Amino acid sequence: MSTPVIVARDVAKVYRRFVHKNQFKTLKSALLTGSLLSDLRPEETFTALDHVSFEVPRGSTFGVIGENGSGKSTLLKLVAGITKPTRGSLVVDGRVSALIELGAGFHPEISGRENVAINAIMLGLTRRELDRRFGEIVAFAELEEFIDAPVKTYSSGMYMRLGFAVAIHVEPDVLLIDEVLAVGDEGFTRKCLDKIAEFRARGKTIIFVTHSLGLVEKMCDDVLWLRHGRTADRGDPKRVVDAYLTYVAGGEEARLKARHLAAAAQAAGQEGAPEETAAEVEPGAGGYRPGRWGSREVEIRGLRFLDAAGRDRHVFVPGEAVTIALSVGAARQVEDFVFGVGLFSAEGTNVWGTNTDIEGFLPKRIEGAAEVRLEIGSLSLVEGTYSVDVAAHKRDGTPYDYHRGLHSFKVKSRVKDVGLYRPGHRWGFAGGVSLDAPPPRPELDLSEETSG
Amino acid sequence: MIATVATLVRYRALIQSLVSRELKARYRGSVLGFLWSFVNPLLLLLTYTFVFTIILPNRQVDIQPYFLFLFCGILPWTWLQGSLAESCGVIIASGNLIKKVLFPAEVLPTVTVLANLAHFLLGLPILFAFLAWKGKLAWTAVLLPVPIFVQLVLSLGLALFLSALTVHFRDIQNIVTHVLHLWFFATPVIYSYAAIDETSLLRQALRLNPMTHVMVVYQQVLFYGAIDHWRGLFLAFLIGILFFGAGSFLFDRLRDTFPEDV
Repeated sequence: MSTPVIVARDVAKVYRRFVHKNQFKTLKSALLTGSLLSDLRPEETFTALDHVSFEVPRGSTFGVIGENGSGKSTLLKLVAGITKPTRGSLVVDGRVSALIELGAGFHPEISGRENVAINAIMLGLTRRELDRRFGEIVAFAELEEFIDAPVKTYSSGMYMRLGFAVAIHVEPDVLLIDEVLAVGDEGFTRKCLDKIAEFRARGKTIIFVTHSLGLVEKMCDDVLWLRHGRTADRGDPKRVVDAYLTYVAGGEEARLKARHLAAAAQAAGQEGAPEETAAEVEPGAGGYRPGRWGSREVEIRGLRFLDAAGRDRHVFVPGEAVTIALSVGAARQVEDFVFGVGLFSAEGTNVWGTNTDIEGFLPKRIEGAAEVRLEIGSLSLVEGTYSVDVAAHKRDGTPYDYHRGLHSFKVKSRVKDVGLYRPGHRWGFAGGVSLDAPPPRPELDLSEETSG
Repeated sequence: MIATVATLVRYRALIQSLVSRELKARYRGSVLGFLWSFVNPLLLLLTYTFVFTIILPNRQVDIQPYFLFLFCGILPWTWLQGSLAESCGVIIASGNLIKKVLFPAEVLPTVTVLANLAHFLLGLPILFAFLAWKGKLAWTAVLLPVPIFVQLVLSLGLALFLSALTVHFRDIQNIVTHVLHLWFFATPVIYSYAAIDETSLLRQALRLNPMTHVMVVYQQVLFYGAIDHWRGLFLAFLIGILFFGAGSFLFDRLRDTFPEDV
């Protein structure tokens, strides 16, 4: 458990990017001047990884997380030995099998049987080992009936299953898995996870690249978080995953904020010409289309989402208290008005909607600047992005100012339940049933990250 | 160079399976299947026989029957031509493997050369049958493995060279087709080397071509049944070693760039 099987020291990988036009030039100059090798120098470079150091002890499971393009796959390729680090050193002790792409190198024209043989030998099995394990591989892939058919007749699921079966039966010392468990049906994924668990139990080392953070927390002993090719954090899976989630939520917060500001700017720009906007956006024409319309006799000048502490936020966790605060105003006194709020899911389903009229408030008058607040005691929603419609209109429905889909917030949760609505709930078990309680999963604390 | 040979020996099981896959995949789905390996050289022979006995009859005395002389040279030439033309694209075509699986890339051009060698060997029975029919089959035919080995070294070297370089300069694929065409006529396949005046400039030029010597030896062991061109073959062998050294050196230098450029 203690001897490191992989040691990476200050690893960097720089990719070269050729401008396509230059390739013709280099061939010509290469032929004319004979400077073939020197012409193969990079013209433009891209640093995929930089200053990455880590050690993976034998028998441990090491997770790598990060956004798309953060260098995860490059790191796997380096560990697999497919590419070499540009700087630094990376030493791997033992046979590596990479599940980077399942069934890479399968030839469509020949049978599954022959492809298994070639793939297995390519991944490092000897003929004798192959003969011994062939039945096991085919049984695992559940392809006994089709093993003599050409691979081109396989469905993509069959193809993946065969690829996974070969790679896992090569008996590597180090297994590299790159987000391949997303393929295949539920049952096969389960089977793969079991196989991987068995693999761990036998003291083999696994490096695991995935976006499925639950899996990382469950399976990994140690997690590396890459951000733009550099180590952002490393260590205990729970802590690193939390830090990563908070970072991702922060990024979304920033994006939503930017969108919010853009919407506000748009609203401000339109103040002078409300009729024009009304013509631009036909209310009720077709599905859920974002826009703003109305006569602006009563105007919604701004919208903020506030948390319990009164801070501006765009990302919340389920169960949090949220206040939707509208800055409104009317240039002249208006006596017939209703304020409404509607919540929509990303698919455009109306999750909830209410207004002051429905709830029995009788308008008296509005003039000058004012604020309208809707306090939601507990945000009973599952994870997702929600748009918010806000409107001021007459009681007969004639719009003063209608904002459709211009505002949105996000709900982030550690629990991946489905649907839209998450009531406060608790499981109870009694009698002849026994379950292990899940580990405590407190929701992320987003309040600190977003205060700045 | 020695490292390259060691790698190839170490991965012989893989090379063997890939060659057999190559052979199986080539004719998969065709009606004649494996028979094509015999039919192909036969049709080739028919074409050349038609051209050189009816359209452009060749009456040179020392190379009669001419179609048989031609056949002795065409078969090994087809091997060389197929190997080199196919090896150009072989690394690019297997880009998926290069990028996703740790695997010695030199296996790929080697498989191309060996698969073409297998086709050549499968065509030999036809050639032997015709030689026997015309009473030309001599004991010297047992020496056939010697020029085959020299040609193997030569074509492996070139295949390594071309396959590595084509990754960076795709134009090579197109150039090679024409170079091979020119090379074909610069090698005594359709004419006799012996018939060219020893002092002529053309003869001097032909001597620089290693394939000339290999070809002459093929014709001697198969067609004439007498052999005296050992020195030339040895020269070709040395050039072959040189090609192989240069090819594996270049391949090694460029190896790390393959996963990024294919």
